[in-house]
Amino acid sequence: MKTFKIGGVHPNDSKISKDCAIEDFPVLERAYLSMAQHLGAPAEPIVQKGDKVKVGQLIAKPSGFVSANIHSSVSGTVAAVEPYADLAGNPVMHVIIDVEGDEWEESIDRTPDVVREIKLSKEEIIKKIQECGIVGLGGASFPTHIKLTPPPGKVAEYLLINGAECEPFLTSDYRLMLEQPEQVLIGAKIMMKALDVTKCRFGVEENKPEAIAKLKTFAAQYPEIEIVPLKKKYPQGGEKQLIEALTGRRVPSMGLPIDAGAVVQNCGTALAVYEAVQKNKPLFEGIVTVTGNCSEQQRNFRLRAGTPIINLLDAIGRIPADAAKIISGGPMMGKAVSNLLAATVKSSSAILMLTEEETKRKPESNCIRCGKCIDACPMGLEPYLLVRYARANMFDELETEKIYDCIECGCCLFSCPAYIPLLDHIRAAKAEVMKIMRSRPKK
Amino acid sequence: MGTIIIPTVVSLSVLGLVLAIVLYLVAQKFKVEEDPRIDDVEAVMPGANCGGCGFAGCRAFAENCVKAGSLDGFFCPVGGNAVMQKVADTLGLQVEEKEPMVAVVRCHGTCDNRETTNIYDGCTSCKVKANLYSGDTGCKYGCLGCGDCVQACKFGAISMNPKTGLPEVDENKCTACGACVKACPKGVIELRNKGKKSMRVFVKCINKDKGAVARKACKVACIGCGKCKTVCPFDAITVENNVAYIDFTKCRLCRKCAEACPTKAIWDVNFPVRVPKAEPKPAAAPAPAAAPAPAPEVKPVETPKNE
Amino acid sequence: MRKLIVSPSPHIHSVENTQRIMRDVIIALCPSLLVSIYFFGFSAIKLALVGVAACVGVEYVIQKYILKTKVTINDYTAALTGLLLALNLPPSSPGWMILIGSIVAIGVAKMTFGGLGQNIFNPALVGRVFLLVSFPVLMTDWSVPESWFRDGVDAATGATPLALLKEGLANGLTVDQIMAANPDISYVHMLFTKIGGSVGEVSALALILGFVYLLVRRVIKPTIPLSILGTIFVVSGIFWLVNPEQFTDPIFNILTGGVLLGAIFMATDYVTSPMNTTGQIIFGVGIGLLTVLIRYFGAYPEGVSFAILIMNMAVPLLNKYCKPARFGKEVKNGK
Repeated sequence: MKTFKIGGVHPNDSKISKDCAIEDFPVLERAYLSMAQHLGAPAEPIVQKGDKVKVGQLIAKPSGFVSANIHSSVSGTVAAVEPYADLAGNPVMHVIIDVEGDEWEESIDRTPDVVREIKLSKEEIIKKIQECGIVGLGGASFPTHIKLTPPPGKVAEYLLINGAECEPFLTSDYRLMLEQPEQVLIGAKIMMKALDVTKCRFGVEENKPEAIAKLKTFAAQYPEIEIVPLKKKYPQGGEKQLIEALTGRRVPSMGLPIDAGAVVQNCGTALAVYEAVQKNKPLFEGIVTVTGNCSEQQRNFRLRAGTPIINLLDAIGRIPADAAKIISGGPMMGKAVSNLLAATVKSSSAILMLTEEETKRKPESNCIRCGKCIDACPMGLEPYLLVRYARANMFDELETEKIYDCIECGCCLFSCPAYIPLLDHIRAAKAEVMKIMRSRPKK
Repeated sequence: MGTIIIPTVVSLSVLGLVLAIVLYLVAQKFKVEEDPRIDDVEAVMPGANCGGCGFAGCRAFAENCVKAGSLDGFFCPVGGNAVMQKVADTLGLQVEEKEPMVAVVRCHGTCDNRETTNIYDGCTSCKVKANLYSGDTGCKYGCLGCGDCVQACKFGAISMNPKTGLPEVDENKCTACGACVKACPKGVIELRNKGKKSMRVFVKCINKDKGAVARKACKVACIGCGKCKTVCPFDAITVENNVAYIDFTKCRLCRKCAEACPTKAIWDVNFPVRVPKAEPKPAAAPAPAAAPAPAPEVKPVETPKNE
Repeated sequence: MRKLIVSPSPHIHSVENTQRIMRDVIIALCPSLLVSIYFFGFSAIKLALVGVAACVGVEYVIQKYILKTKVTINDYTAALTGLLLALNLPPSSPGWMILIGSIVAIGVAKMTFGGLGQNIFNPALVGRVFLLVSFPVLMTDWSVPESWFRDGVDAATGATPLALLKEGLANGLTVDQIMAANPDISYVHMLFTKIGGSVGEVSALALILGFVYLLVRRVIKPTIPLSILGTIFVVSGIFWLVNPEQFTDPIFNILTGGVLLGAIFMATDYVTSPMNTTGQIIFGVGIGLLTVLIRYFGAYPEGVSFAILIMNMAVPLLNKYCKPARFGKEVKNGK
């Protein structure tokens, strides 16, 4: 079975919510739509206080090249356009909408029929994806239309669909592949057309045999899409790791996936593309897993962006008394939530509750030079060394040690027996080194 | 015996001579021509290599001084005016006197004043914490308390007070090199005029939130009410983004603003004790930013605020 | 309102920690310890107890009263050093000797460098070599103390096979003649017992059992032990093929003189071994080569300890120059 070669760890996969079917989450009284739901420049709101909006209506426009449209996830009246604290407690511009009913834009096809025929041309598809504000749903929220437009001179050979879902606890992609496999495959077909590629590989980790079986039965109609089971190993869903696992190629250091002739898209993104292109539906909702060993209930919701986390947790009953940390995303790369009033975004994938015992860091002790961080690093870096340099602010050495290659997957910290906060230091030092590198005049 | 000693002495002498010649030739070959004045300037520098002057170290500073041919824009914060005068004498140049500066921590969000709203569990680094989120208190502007400034200080002038969770600057050790200012991701620390007999008035808060929000997060926050601005007779105070700032070049240390401040966010330090009119309660007055008094004749009283 | 914990990712940690790793190594040493208790009785227990207690005690005293830092004796590293030191001494060693060895191991070889993770040399080996140099007579006295379970060990002769060999060769005998004179030196005996030597070397099988346990628990990777054993096998094999009269066969070399104990437990010490696979292979090959050379051409009959200590010195260099395979080659011009 295929996988990537260097490093990786095997956390307990804890997919306790995998048998919970996707439910629609009821629309709430107020939606808080962040203007920073994607990587890059925040969008600029085009609605004002008092405006009436419908579900799917454009409410914000991109303010830069790397930026994306934002659509309303509810219908109602705009109550305010003002800064509101995000997950980390930092103020970000939000459009706050008081919900009235659930009136959708008429142009959106809400029927459950599967539309198989791809009518739009390559350019029209990319335009449609851009209009619908599709961003990568695998974590980084990079605007999809940019990824589907390779820079001049570079040619994509493969479209790779990421169904690895290597993060523990997360089951949103799994449910998606199980419940809407054909839509996902059509989404992949659409992106193949947009990219002009003939080869598509769809990687799914072996711990999801039902999803693999289901996808394989539907893939019979789409022979150019190959379903590839992958060995279970974190961070298989990392872009560079997935490309290696599926094609055997390695993205060069400082390079982009396109340098290895590949474009990687998450399976959730494939569904969003399908809905945008075939159903004319902008991206304003997604599948969110609500889970945790301490929680009595586990659920998979189809959730509108802009729902405050506290409402989501209230909906499944009280927050468990021993939930000490709440994470948006998976336990390896997700962000800890300091502000429960913060709202979800369109790329939210999970709300995870962990107990103090599961998550609290133990006191740091001396490095015993066991080299486990080196064995775990999927980029072949030496985390212990990077941290030593980082603590001494030796940025030149950090650059020669290729700190910029770090994908911040967390394998080093996960496996360190001395509980040294390796990634904390590396992340901060990496940002510093990148700043220094960017400030250098380009040759 | 002589047959052993003589050849030994001769061979060792020859060896020594040959090696000396080799050393001389190598030294000649790799000789680097340098302005001898650089060494002279470096000799009068403090040698701390702190980088506070903006150069990589004392030697780099000396090189640049010599190369520039003028001392405009060059200042060694560690050595201060005395060293700059020496540098000027060495190079035969003129130098302007600069007022001594000191690092000032502009936050008084102690554990009592600022309630924590969550538990930070990452590594002890302000840089990491600031990149992660707004902080573990309601105030997203104030000191994060992980001590990056303490780490950055090469003179041991900053220490964390375990009671308040805030850094404190030892004025006698502070050289105003600015390393802590650069290290603080929140911009809490500022280099300010040291002031006559170390007497200073400054706003010990940089919270830019609206008054009510700031006040809720911290008992001693500046709420941007502007009372200080009104009472200031020298036009030294500006209120921008809901926070007051005292321009130390204009401030004449009249202390009216400190009296007017409703949240006691304005501090006047190292002033002599006033005639006992309304003595500040010692309990209400936490340790000041600078505990030891620099001026021996004036009893160092740190006056958090009297009504 | 509830106070949530906030930290950067990742939010979970593997079950591994320093304590658990050290405990696993101690467990892996247990078979050897039990076998030696069976053969040497109280003296083995005494050595182990004194070694462990002395090492833990010395570390405690240094951390608490001299360095005034946090006491970290509960991470089992000092206990492990004590146990390893005990297993590396002759069974008849007096208690005071291991006490001195422990003080040197922890006090000199570990704490002076800055404690756990900072030392260059393997502390237990420094302790052992210190004793070997200081008390050469006691350290080569292989007489077997009285056992509880048997009336002395019938076969173990009081000298290690390697010492017998060295002496015999020096007297102009050939390997075959020496072997014939000492019929108890056989592979079966080496695997199970009956071989004169230090406490931990009695049974090769018990050591291999510990090795398997360490591999199963993923405490160590097989790189270092296998490269040491492989090198010894190949190098001594070459000598043997060239002149079987003067040199012993490779399997004999692997099974005697603490090679297994050294390769499995001493050379794999995290702190004093290289961190990258390439470095580990070079490290192992170096130890194997030096061991054989010391055995054949050195003054001491066996040389694993010295070989490991010498290669310990090369570790910082190996860490510096042996880098793991990076992911992807650099793109020029940083595009």
